[in-house]
Amino acid sequence: MEPRLSRYIWTHTRKDQLWILVVVALSMIPYFLSFDLPKQIVNGPIQGDGFDSPEATQAFLSISFDLPYLGTINVFDGFQLGREGMLLALSLVFLALVVVNGLFKFYINTFKGRLGERLLRRIRFELVDRVLRFPPSHFRRVKPAEIATMIKDEVEPLGGFTGDAFVSPALLGGQALTALVFILLQSFWLGLIATLIVAVQAVIIPRMRKRLLVLGRERQLTARELSGRVSEIVDGIGAIRGHDTSNYERADIAAKLGRIFKIRYDLYQWKFLVKFINNFLAQVTPFLFYAIGGYFALQGRLDIGQLVAVIGAYKDLPGPLKELIDWDQARQDVQVKYAQVVERFSVDTLLDPKVQAVSTVAVEPLAGPLAAVNLTVTDDAGSTLLDHVSLQVQPGEKVALTGGGEVLAEAFGRLVWPASGKVVIGGQDILDMPESVTGRRIAYASSDVYVFQGSLGDNVLYGLKHAPLKDHVYEGERASHRKWEVTEARLAGNPHLDVNSDWIDYGAAGASGPDDLLIQIRPVLDAVLLTNDVMALAVRSTIDPQRHAEFAAGIVEMRSALRQRLEKEKLSDLVVFFEPGTYNIEATIGENMLFGTITDQAMWANALENHPFFKTILQRVGLRDTFYEMGIEIAENVVELFRDLPPDHPFFQQLTFMTAEEIPVYEAILQKVRSRGKAEVPEDDQIKVLRLCFDYIEPRHRFGLLTDEVMAKIVAARREFDEGLPADLAGMIEHYRPNRFIASGSIIDNVLFGRIGHKHADGSEKIRAIVRDLFEAGGLYNEVLAFGFDYNVGAGGKRLTAAQRQKLDLARALIRNCDFYIFNQPLLALDQRVQEQVVRNVFSMLDQSGRDPAIIWVLANPALMELFDRVAHFENGRLLNDANVDERPDYKEMAS
Amino acid sequence: MVPPRCGSQFAPDGNSETRIVMLLKDEVEMLRRITLFSGLPPAKLKLLAFTSDRVMYSAGEALFYQGDIGDAAYVILSGKAEVLINAAGGPFKIAEVEQNSIVGEIAILCNTPRTATVRTSTPLEALRIRKDDFLKLLADFPEMAVEIMRVLADRLAQTTAELSEARGRLEPVDA
Repeated sequence: MEPRLSRYIWTHTRKDQLWILVVVALSMIPYFLSFDLPKQIVNGPIQGDGFDSPEATQAFLSISFDLPYLGTINVFDGFQLGREGMLLALSLVFLALVVVNGLFKFYINTFKGRLGERLLRRIRFELVDRVLRFPPSHFRRVKPAEIATMIKDEVEPLGGFTGDAFVSPALLGGQALTALVFILLQSFWLGLIATLIVAVQAVIIPRMRKRLLVLGRERQLTARELSGRVSEIVDGIGAIRGHDTSNYERADIAAKLGRIFKIRYDLYQWKFLVKFINNFLAQVTPFLFYAIGGYFALQGRLDIGQLVAVIGAYKDLPGPLKELIDWDQARQDVQVKYAQVVERFSVDTLLDPKVQAVSTVAVEPLAGPLAAVNLTVTDDAGSTLLDHVSLQVQPGEKVALTGGGEVLAEAFGRLVWPASGKVVIGGQDILDMPESVTGRRIAYASSDVYVFQGSLGDNVLYGLKHAPLKDHVYEGERASHRKWEVTEARLAGNPHLDVNSDWIDYGAAGASGPDDLLIQIRPVLDAVLLTNDVMALAVRSTIDPQRHAEFAAGIVEMRSALRQRLEKEKLSDLVVFFEPGTYNIEATIGENMLFGTITDQAMWANALENHPFFKTILQRVGLRDTFYEMGIEIAENVVELFRDLPPDHPFFQQLTFMTAEEIPVYEAILQKVRSRGKAEVPEDDQIKVLRLCFDYIEPRHRFGLLTDEVMAKIVAARREFDEGLPADLAGMIEHYRPNRFIASGSIIDNVLFGRIGHKHADGSEKIRAIVRDLFEAGGLYNEVLAFGFDYNVGAGGKRLTAAQRQKLDLARALIRNCDFYIFNQPLLALDQRVQEQVVRNVFSMLDQSGRDPAIIWVLANPALMELFDRVAHFENGRLLNDANVDERPDYKEMAS
Repeated sequence: MVPPRCGSQFAPDGNSETRIVMLLKDEVEMLRRITLFSGLPPAKLKLLAFTSDRVMYSAGEALFYQGDIGDAAYVILSGKAEVLINAAGGPFKIAEVEQNSIVGEIAILCNTPRTATVRTSTPLEALRIRKDDFLKLLADFPEMAVEIMRVLADRLAQTTAELSEARGRLEPVDA
């Protein structure tokens, strides 16, 4: 990148800069005209110059030139106006000039702003583009947060400066020069004094500011370090808390902030010292004028009129001069910032842009073998990780790497670059090949997975998004907006690839379009055992039954199919269904009483304690006393169980009745019950006790509180609840109806229309398997799966488990039809048993699909060797043994 | 009025007409009969029971598999299960466990993969004690940890004794 900011700006904005100079020059005309006008108004119509008699008129807007030799040429004689007419006309001209000046200013400012923003956009893009092309080793040296701060914050002032980069010095310099020349013309000696002082200012001030720049650079570096440390604290919070080092971190941050403070304070001191000297020099000039000029005037060597004119002219000098010096300060400031950033982004071994060029054409399969030729890889410290390894993998060959083949796999995956030797395909170095070939025909997966924030589906299909294949069609307003986007992108040197285009390479996944994509990738998801995870996420999601009316109807229909199926398999006790006339033992008492679900928990909790309806309803249905007794028993149990635990104990997550803070409240209530008797407890406390019952589930909490009689009463109360429910409460309850979709419930809640029994081991697992079957039978499977694809995986995929992320990464590699698959222990988070199963699944899936790609799999487990053609065994970075599996009796033995 | 529960009895098949529910206090009784927990105060056993899940298996289901990372121990409340290890010729039964015994307890004390597979041979009901919960309890109540340590030390002494006895029997053969 261009190391000098002014040159960078000039290269990219030359035309605009010249145009704005012209506009600024033009804007000077009305600006100076408006200076002269007030004098004309006051002298002419107001004071009556030239209007000697009441009837006298003057020409308005007469245009005439005095030309040498030709005399006066009258272009337009103008209108003859009286005194009032002239006043009005001149005032209107003044107004017009105000408007014109304002418009010029408006145009210039917008233009300069746009210029700056475009340049900012260009530079930011260029920096990110460089990040995308950094060599792998560089990423170990930079902190992500620092890179982000540089791109986000540090280059920001550059945008503001760009507009003024050339206009300001031209304009201000011109003004200062004019004033200086004027002074010189009035009086040579006084002019010389003024020039001298200006020269002193021009020499001293920038020198003093050098230190300011040094401090500014330090400030930038320390601020960047701070942001790097803060992000380290966030990332490493587990380690910090685990080792009780939070105070060490506090000390470190405080020290850093102290340094930043010192630098900033130094900056202030210098800044205001410079300001003081600058102001002093500016003020000293008039002092010299008065003192020396006055002395000369007294001596009679200087005309008093000249002195007054010089002093008058001088008042126009300090303003532009000060602004010019400020501009210079800003220039140096941004230049330092720019140079700092450019330095951090200048890497010699940056990837050639050609390697990452967009290619929308399908890439031919790789015919040649993938080979390491005399490959040596070292780490940052210089120790050898891979020592002169040569290994060739033919297309279609299945090779297992054992005993430390990770580095070779990484080299094959272009994650590390060779120190010497190379990795070639058909004789060509893979680092020279375009990524549109290597990134499409070779797939790499390891256990070090990165999942992008977004939906699960986006992540699964991420490996197919190489180029915009089908343009998004825009209509009407959107079309013109798109046109604007393209033009702007071009003007700022950004690519105008449309992120809304269809980037998915369906062909690479063996599909013909979006419709059969899911069908094509299903075998892959099945093979890596991700389908069940996606399904589990899908059935837990809620959908809008209005938008997916047909699907919702299909789900409701499944309810009876599920019952039949469970009856047939003698698993009826797995789910306790919601029946309008029966108590559901697996649901809370509240749910049973409402025969519905709460849509607004906060409102509900409030209503339960304060709404008059609840105060009377229990009495009416004859449950008040029973519930009160039950509530006391619940409170006693809970207080006994949780009393000794600290309030932040994780066990409180299992406590649904109350929060940790409420334990002492209930302890106090129980105390009152014991000392005064149950009936004498205040009404408010009684309600608090009653409330507890609503969350009680007998098989879950096992306090033994429910009797048949109580359950029958609760069921009987349903009608009372339903009919007597006041309108203001109706909104927060959604009633269960056997033939209606529960909008606030998840898909699985809607299929079950009941609760899974608490005591069944893996009950939900079993139910899910059955439900999956039913989805398949009902033709809803892929639709449900698609809802799972909508699941938001969170930042860095944190809402998925490590195992799910690794399976996702493996799936994302396998989905793409490649010639070489490199799997670098991709499933470390899974149990050994499951890992083996996935490896076998992948082999049989590829076998069934008719694809015969080469597979290079780094294995820890010898039991799987039988699947491979060859085993390459490494030790201490050297290739120790490379032989066909059949020729290796020891491996065969281990495999059996 | 017929109470829907009756003491410490329960129906292993789980679908009898009158629901018979085992209560928290019955589970506490059950836990007390396990040597590992027998010395713990009842209040702590109650908390242990409350944080644990009651789970039911039908015959032939696996509680866990050999080689998996263990996350829970199981106290068998009713029913029987086989302890199997993987051998060259397929799974090999090494023991049988039944009511009042605990399986998988090693896994909740240290991070080892399961050393055996446990599969039910009859319908079985168990209390699943999750590792995290159990360790949390030990951390919060040191008297529990001491008690558990005592039981483990007893067991170690016993195993050591058995080992030397077995060695003593083997040596003449080797010689």
